[in-house]
Amino acid sequence: MNELISDEAKSWIGRSAEPFLVEISRRDIVKYSIATEQQQEKYLKGDEAPPMFMFGALRPLVPMDELGPDGIPPDSFLPELPLKRVMAGGTEMRFHRPVKPGDKLIATRSLHDLYEKQGKTGPLIFAVYNLSVENEDGELVMEEKQTRILR
Amino acid sequence: MSGIKISELSVGEALPERSYTATNVSLFLYNAAIWNPHRIHYDEPYTTNVENHPGVVIDGPLQGDWLNQVVVNWIGDSATLTSFNYSNRRASYLGETLTSGGAITAIDAESGNVDLEIFIKNEDDDIITPGTAQVRF
Repeated sequence: MNELISDEAKSWIGRSAEPFLVEISRRDIVKYSIATEQQQEKYLKGDEAPPMFMFGALRPLVPMDELGPDGIPPDSFLPELPLKRVMAGGTEMRFHRPVKPGDKLIATRSLHDLYEKQGKTGPLIFAVYNLSVENEDGELVMEEKQTRILR
Repeated sequence: MSGIKISELSVGEALPERSYTATNVSLFLYNAAIWNPHRIHYDEPYTTNVENHPGVVIDGPLQGDWLNQVVVNWIGDSATLTSFNYSNRRASYLGETLTSGGAITAIDAESGNVDLEIFIKNEDDDIITPGTAQVRF
């Protein structure tokens, strides 16, 4: 197989994006907790972030004129591939330490794997990303493996 | 829901179910909170005419959040969520009421680990977002 994924694209496997720093704010936790209809007081008061809070906290902040006509920012961490439409596949998360207001966290995303499969309606490319979030002391806070499907 | 003891649990036991009906307002606030400008979550003409969905799309990760709330609302402060996974199998649209739930699949009293199967189902009782989680007592 591997007819759709060029050698250049394959060379991206194992590559990491530039690590970036995120400061956690209580107010952001409270907003997320209200919007997701949390019930635990620790989340609603912003004392601790709900498990999936980091999904939003790590989304790219790009200038308005870089957003596409669909509203989506460009994905700079994806090699050139012949399939363009991206769907969310599965997500696996491991939680090592709670996320709290004032935390300064460093997130690193890497491309773990890239492979193709024949789907029912045509070829599919699977891009598997690993995300690792550490605190300032270098301790692991959470890890995520996310699969995106291109068709 | 605090004060659960691992010794009182049994495999097959169901977790409390909860239903969610997203509104334009709740979806707007969610996408604002996660800074997601994708138009399929708030611009109905664009969503149906350009991306060919039958309606405004309820975010997959929002369902992921509702899914892990089955677990965190059940354990309260009695245990810690250590891992969680899910996949969005089918899309869901504004106007639908989704129900979350789950059940215990394994208990290891020695390590304190309890495995759970969790789901989001639609009004037809189809599981659209399945997942699993592990908690440690």
